[in-house]
Amino acid sequence: MSYLEYNVKAVPSGFAKFLHLNWPVILLLSAISSVGFLMLYSVAGGSLNPWAEPQMKRFAMGMVLMFMVAMVPTWFLRNVSGLAYGLSVLLLIMVEFFGSTGMGAQRWINLGFMRLQPSELTKITLIMFLAAYYDWLDVKKVSRPIWVIIPVIIVLFPVYLTLRQPDLGTALLLVFGGGGLMFLAGVHWAYFAAVIGAGVGMVSAVFKSRGTDWQLIKDYQFRRIDTFLDPSSDPLGAGYHITQSKIALGSGGWTGRGYMQGTQSRLNFLPEKHTDFIFTTLAEEFGFLGGISLLALYIGVIFFCVVSAISNKDRFASLLTLGIALTFFLFFAVNMSMVMGLAPVVGVPLPLVSYGGSAMLVLLLAFGLVQSAHVHRPR
Amino acid sequence: MRRTPKDIEQSARMISRRGLILGGGMLVFGGILGARMRHLQVDQADQFRLLAEENRINIRLLPPARGLVFDRKGVLIAGNEQNYRVVMIRDEVDDPEQVLQNLAKIIPLTNEDLDKAREELRKRSRLVPVTIADRLSWEDLSQVAVNAPALPGITPEFGLSRYYPQEGDFAHILGYVGPVSDYDLSKLVVVDPVLQIPKFQIGKSGVETKLEGALRGKAGTKRIEVNAAGRVMRELGRDESQKGVSVRLTIDAKLQNFAQARMIGESSAAVVIDVENGDLLAMASAPSFDPNKFVRGISVADYKDLTDNIYRPLANKTVQGQYPPGSTFKMVTALAALENGHVVPEETVYCGGATKVAGRRFHCWKRGGHGKMNLRNSLKQSCDLYYYDMAQRVGIDKISEMANILGLGVRDDLPMSAVAEGLTPTKQWKRENRAAEWVVGDSLNASIGQGFVLATPLQLAVMTARIATNRKVIPRLIRSVDDRDEPVHEPEPLGISTSSMRAIQDAMFAVGNEQRGTAYRSRIADETMRMSGKTGTSQVRNITAAERARGVFRNEDLPWERRDHALFVGFAPADKPKYAIAVVVEHGGGGSKAAAPIARDIMLAAQTDDLPPLSAYPASQRARIESAFEELQLRDFETAPKKGSQA
Repeated sequence: MSYLEYNVKAVPSGFAKFLHLNWPVILLLSAISSVGFLMLYSVAGGSLNPWAEPQMKRFAMGMVLMFMVAMVPTWFLRNVSGLAYGLSVLLLIMVEFFGSTGMGAQRWINLGFMRLQPSELTKITLIMFLAAYYDWLDVKKVSRPIWVIIPVIIVLFPVYLTLRQPDLGTALLLVFGGGGLMFLAGVHWAYFAAVIGAGVGMVSAVFKSRGTDWQLIKDYQFRRIDTFLDPSSDPLGAGYHITQSKIALGSGGWTGRGYMQGTQSRLNFLPEKHTDFIFTTLAEEFGFLGGISLLALYIGVIFFCVVSAISNKDRFASLLTLGIALTFFLFFAVNMSMVMGLAPVVGVPLPLVSYGGSAMLVLLLAFGLVQSAHVHRPR
Repeated sequence: MRRTPKDIEQSARMISRRGLILGGGMLVFGGILGARMRHLQVDQADQFRLLAEENRINIRLLPPARGLVFDRKGVLIAGNEQNYRVVMIRDEVDDPEQVLQNLAKIIPLTNEDLDKAREELRKRSRLVPVTIADRLSWEDLSQVAVNAPALPGITPEFGLSRYYPQEGDFAHILGYVGPVSDYDLSKLVVVDPVLQIPKFQIGKSGVETKLEGALRGKAGTKRIEVNAAGRVMRELGRDESQKGVSVRLTIDAKLQNFAQARMIGESSAAVVIDVENGDLLAMASAPSFDPNKFVRGISVADYKDLTDNIYRPLANKTVQGQYPPGSTFKMVTALAALENGHVVPEETVYCGGATKVAGRRFHCWKRGGHGKMNLRNSLKQSCDLYYYDMAQRVGIDKISEMANILGLGVRDDLPMSAVAEGLTPTKQWKRENRAAEWVVGDSLNASIGQGFVLATPLQLAVMTARIATNRKVIPRLIRSVDDRDEPVHEPEPLGISTSSMRAIQDAMFAVGNEQRGTAYRSRIADETMRMSGKTGTSQVRNITAAERARGVFRNEDLPWERRDHALFVGFAPADKPKYAIAVVVEHGGGGSKAAAPIARDIMLAAQTDDLPPLSAYPASQRARIESAFEELQLRDFETAPKKGSQA
């Protein structure tokens, strides 16, 4: 069923739309953001500045944005998704362009009132565009090679641009987000099996070639991988962060050391304590119960998104909702894995909690899309 | 596009199914995160809380001990010695300047030392210890320890520092270590954290730098608890550093020492190689220098002495020095002619002292000429005209090809610094590099190892080893790494006919053991140790026609740097070769006079593994040799510590 066939009368209009918002998701997002304010207040040593207050302002702005987007009919979103994708790729190219003419290696564009990271935006527009693509595509053609290659190109182009910045974390998120959406749209298992198989094969071939005559990559590249896999080989660099982060987490115990009592963050042992490593402060001060509660809030958001998507008969809307849920998941899963020493340190923030304007706004905008899909679902 | 209800139904089912699968996947991963959280926060909580509670944890790097280097028999040639020093950690001091002033009252510190320390403190991370004073006496170190309360952030440390017990003997082979410089760091792609340790020593040249990866080892860490003043309270745990692996060279320290001692006073190089497996037994380059001075930080005056010395002590002449090989190249020309069928050993060529080729006169070293010369006599008496003739018959390209087969013009793969390639010119080479066509005169010059031809002493030794065995002997310097023997390969045949090689070997025997042979004066009398060889004298300048007319080309009349280079290559025992040698004496005059006697002494030392016995020398020379040996300053290896007894 496409939007033209909606029973228009059944879709709420005007202020009635507010009643049909996905309120559980809004409440969960607010709760998560509040945890963020608390932690930013704590790491600043009990002060609203420099982090908590700006973060609150951005949250307010983001909520307004979310409500505005939620009011927009889904069919309109679908129609502008190509434009949105094109625009964000253009911005990525512009970053590249300005980067070479004096803005250094920066990843953002100054819009005057805020700095916009096009790569953040791309995470959402990519999902939108892919959802629109699969909405348009005949279901029977989904797994035909030619129709698989097109979305692959749609994904890899911005990936290439972000890798050039270089921003490995975003590139990975784009690949997983895009790949996940293709999986959801029903692309045949065999493609994923083949890509994963080829990936594993290639990686093992590269490792096997080490020290032989046909070595595939240079020695120094191998050594980089070594430091990557074994941070203890760099105990005062990457390994230092992880060790301190684990000490902070571990010292939290069941219930934590109490709000604003975390010694690790107090004493500046923790790096990036207000951005990528903010979870360690939470875990130190509120312990296992605090950490697992935040995790539960995140899982709750995912849960309500999945429920909303499954009950939505509009193809674009459900793909969009699931895609954004996946992206959100990837954010917190990668960040938590990183601070708990399960994954190498790549710069991925904890969504809605870490200090950062672009990420907050873009995420709330994305949930505006989820809301729109929920409000305007065919009934 | 309109879709059938069936399609829509199918699509919705697909999305629901996949959505649930993905949702389930996310839930599982969420579970994993929760489990990990529980593991860290609950199961390991006691351990971590202990670490964090009210104490501050610091992580310090433990530098690894550098791998040892031994000679082939296990004599230590590079070891580590205790070094006392004082370090400061910036993060633990409130007022570093005050602490430095306090420290200067206790131990001798110059203003230069203090400035260096301030500079380092500014540059390095606040957590990295910076060395304030190095190589302190035990008394000074105790003073620092006693005055600890006045010196927050200051820690006395024991470190290891490289030392070279054989001093100058291995300076060129091993190279030396020095503190990591910004330049070293800039060259690295991946910086080993251990390099941040202040004054950490890394290889700067020679084997020390080529085998840096093996010798360095891996840093360990220790976690220490410090109190509010930054003083270390106790150690919480440590990962021991991994010592660098030990390396065994193929060099025989005793022979090396003899060779170095024998060449004192000359600017020269000698290479001894085992012809059976390519093991380099000695690679002496004189004069040498004491690498320990570089490790400890050489003074400007000492360094200037080394760089100003016209004998170039810092250069490793064995592999870096490229010399015209002179008459030692004649074997190459002869083999090229024999193998390409342009001559048979018995054929004679008339030497009248000079010949005119392409309008130019080419002289034999013997102005009166040698008369009729066959291959054996031409090599034995080193007649130039014979080789001029051969060069015109075979052409330069075939000669060059033969030189490459014998190892000249080919860079040997050895872990030493700046190993030179030498030069075996071809017609094409001259066109490309000299922008001129090859002329026949060039071939004539090349045939006697002059003109463009260049070779290193190492290459000449390899050439001789190959001639002695007719096999492709490949030199090697590393005998074992980490007690694992490097593979030894049986050298392959060279592909030169046995009869040709026999003829050359026989002629080389004549050079060293028959009357009128150019090295007959330096013969070995002991029949079991006789040496075959070839002398060479290579001009470093052209003798002008005017000088020739005046008769001024006696070397002794020239300034040192314009005299001829003296060369000798040889192998022994003549009947069953085991060792090959090449000796080059820079500006030494004639090969038979300056190089051959050195080669004979070293060759005897190699064969006897001791000071050469006087009985091996011709009776008439023994008295002179004995007094010369008495003046040699040799190291005592009988009481020297062997592997295992010193670390």
